[in-house]
Amino acid sequence: MTRRFGRRWALRGVSLTVASGEIVGLEGHNGSGKSTLLRIAATALRPTSGSVVIAGTPVQEDPDRARAQVGLLSFQPGLYDDLTARENLVFASRMLDLASPDINAVLERVGLLAEADERVRTFSSGMQRRLSLGRLLLQSPRILLLDEPYNSFDRQGVQLVNEIVLTVRDAGGCALIVLHDRHVAGGILDRAVRLRQGLTDPAPSGEGLEARIVEDVAGATV
Amino acid sequence: MSWASDVRRMRAIAWKDLTAERRSRAVLNAVTFLGVLILMLFGFALGPDRDALRDAAAGALWLAILFSGILAFNRSYQVELDGGALESLLLYPGSRWSIFAGKLLANLAFVFLVELIVIPVAMVLFQVQFPEGWAWASQLAVLVLGTVGFVILGTFYAAMSSRSRSREVLLPLLLFPMMIPVLLGAVESSTSLLRGDPMREAGAWMGMLTAFDIIFLTAALVTFEYVIEV
Repeated sequence: MTRRFGRRWALRGVSLTVASGEIVGLEGHNGSGKSTLLRIAATALRPTSGSVVIAGTPVQEDPDRARAQVGLLSFQPGLYDDLTARENLVFASRMLDLASPDINAVLERVGLLAEADERVRTFSSGMQRRLSLGRLLLQSPRILLLDEPYNSFDRQGVQLVNEIVLTVRDAGGCALIVLHDRHVAGGILDRAVRLRQGLTDPAPSGEGLEARIVEDVAGATV
Repeated sequence: MSWASDVRRMRAIAWKDLTAERRSRAVLNAVTFLGVLILMLFGFALGPDRDALRDAAAGALWLAILFSGILAFNRSYQVELDGGALESLLLYPGSRWSIFAGKLLANLAFVFLVELIVIPVAMVLFQVQFPEGWAWASQLAVLVLGTVGFVILGTFYAAMSSRSRSREVLLPLLLFPMMIPVLLGAVESSTSLLRGDPMREAGAWMGMLTAFDIIFLTAALVTFEYVIEV
């Protein structure tokens, strides 16, 4: 898969497979294309070439089906500042067409029940991140795409993220997690993949780049 | 996703936009104030001549709505861009036309509310009498048709310019040329009705406005997903 922004290549030929029940970390320096890869997998961006296949179906063929299965936690909260925490989740549940969502249970799970009727504008970045996680819980995705999910979180927040990831994994789903420090993930990763300098190479082939960027969780380059 | 769920999504977006605006009142006050200010400036420019004021009333009113409405359309997508909400919105499963329709509903409600305040001010400033008999129904129909056309175009072009860094400049540049038929139809039919429609021309202008609204609503619903895609 490749993606170009104007003249700059963000991804020049990345190939990656994440199996059911697998939790994969995605590492790399700033600008290495981690977030771009995640956003393409979530259908938020279209690749310049190549494709994403989810459960055997290319997302370009049926993006709605992919969106129903994929939950993206972006580095931006994606919330509405002038709505309360509860209203943000009510809006999300209506957009997901959920019949009877248990908003209070979700708010309690992410530790925001006491602040349910306060405007998001007054929330700290950690609280906003928790609310974004709450939106993911409402969606119950089979595939989690998390962009630096541990940022802005205290120890309890990190634990909450890991619980959610493990719940999805145990239900037969999978997760791709962008992170700078794999140790923060607390050992839940099955393997890690590193995006590296390959992005600036003139014209690498997909296979060659994959060989350079893949690294196992113990740190040995494949 | 069924039509019923798309309609529910549309209602959810309209509810979200109107709730956020009711809380913040970020745009309503500014848009209403700007509309009244433009009317006052037109009033001062035209002077105290009663006939001149009455002849220019419809044009001044529609221009006031046009210029002040731009602020609302820009704001409509700005709330989505703040904090990356637009990306989240686009990642919900379901059709993209429901996003446009929801924004359109919210913007229509908003512009009608602004008109509710601005029109009485225009009637006082431009010394226009409340229409006699059933003429008010025709004036109301013109107002609805003109507003719907204006808001369809404004909502569509605001989406198109929303990802541009110079969106505040780009939106009027895209919108104003496309507004000419709506403005012409609305001003001509309003002015004709204010004079008692002696040439029976208001109906033709209203027919043109209706056709314009249908064509642009259809085109906007069909093409919105390509406009909003990254």
